[in-house]
Amino acid sequence: MRELALLVATRKGAWIYRGDAGRREWSADGPHFLGHIIHHLVLDPRDRRTLLAAAKTGHLGPTIFRSTDLGRTWSEARRPPAFPKAAEGEMGRAVDHTFWLTPGHASEPGVWYAGTSPQALFRSEDGGETWEGVAGFNDAPAYRDRAGDAQDGTPDGPKLHSILVDPRDAAHLYLGMSGGGVHESRDAGLSWAPLIDGLEVVAGFDASQWAFHDPHCIALCPSNPDRLYQQNHCGIYRIDRPSNRWHRIGRAMPPGVGDIGFPIVVHPRDDRTAWVFPMDGTDVWPRTSPDGKPAAYVTRDGGETWQRQDTGVPPAEAWWTVYRQAMASDTCDPVGLYFGTASGSLWASADEGERWTPLADNLPPIFAVETAILD
Amino acid sequence: MKVLIPSALESYTGKSEVDAEGENLGELFAALDRRFPGIRFRVIDEQDRLRRHMRCFVNGEQVFDLAQPLSAHDEVIIIQALSGG
Repeated sequence: MRELALLVATRKGAWIYRGDAGRREWSADGPHFLGHIIHHLVLDPRDRRTLLAAAKTGHLGPTIFRSTDLGRTWSEARRPPAFPKAAEGEMGRAVDHTFWLTPGHASEPGVWYAGTSPQALFRSEDGGETWEGVAGFNDAPAYRDRAGDAQDGTPDGPKLHSILVDPRDAAHLYLGMSGGGVHESRDAGLSWAPLIDGLEVVAGFDASQWAFHDPHCIALCPSNPDRLYQQNHCGIYRIDRPSNRWHRIGRAMPPGVGDIGFPIVVHPRDDRTAWVFPMDGTDVWPRTSPDGKPAAYVTRDGGETWQRQDTGVPPAEAWWTVYRQAMASDTCDPVGLYFGTASGSLWASADEGERWTPLADNLPPIFAVETAILD
Repeated sequence: MKVLIPSALESYTGKSEVDAEGENLGELFAALDRRFPGIRFRVIDEQDRLRRHMRCFVNGEQVFDLAQPLSAHDEVIIIQALSGG
């Protein structure tokens, strides 16, 4: 019988929560890699056996751990993501951490993509055992010089994230850079083009320059791969391909809440439905729940209107941050939603966000939450 | 030579002290990596730089250069710098 699992990556290790059929009872399996910084823990949906964990510690360098038995045993990648050795006299780049993991297309078993900090794209063709840089991105002069180095971008380094594979075409890829904008490849990563029209940037900067853009999270609708939603540093957006223009749909959010946040999650079967978890992006950018009152917001009409979903979460004095990978949906009906906070609480809703219940209160800071169907 | 391993790397070596050979620090880490695959990259990045919070001492002296010559009677200590939280 298949069961649902939550893959929880934290500042101090990883946990796997296994749920019953009704998503009422959950059992925790963990910690795995206690003390390791786990940025992402992802199950391969093509075999439902292979787990990859992007790991490092405060001291030790970055690596990828692999399990082919759902986390009972782990081994280390033989060649984790790493840049080529620089020529003598040149300042070479070094991967600080792998931030994002994406399984490849269904037609390409064993293929995975990884996004790192400093921002670069890596690909594995053997289930995560060995990784090679995607030269069409990493070495292209336009990207090499402007993707930012370890000291650029967010305090923990710029992040290449939201690597999306078009389910209709293995060669059609999207990615986000924070900062650095949204980019698209139609030739399996050989070449890339920015996809930033319509996106706003911080006042005073030139929106035509992709380096000034800061997508926080991008999601592609499984039910309509031509529709993508984006939570950006400067609002919530939607794009309907083949148009190249994003539209700011976050203007319809309540003014006191705003449309700033990290994560965005889409419905598995309805391309009009998406969820966000707003944060305070005013003043010095506290990045906490606005006014200390956390809530998800859902749109069911493609962003024309938004409804608040806060039943079950603390009504006040909850100064949460939900990071960009830390909110996820399952594929059940009704859809289950899950999020983890930077203060270590894990929450679930079995009814599309109408009511939230806590699954765990005292985990380390949660970096990522993914759902998976286990055999 | 004797090489002291920090607790964070004992998952590779299985013990806190190993014997290994190398004409210099770089060769020593290459030898360690052959026996304990993956250990080198956790300590030294792809540009052959010691990672920011890792340190190596040879006979009590801190060294940063992988070309540092070694002899069979040296003692090498790999440690994590005091940092983190």
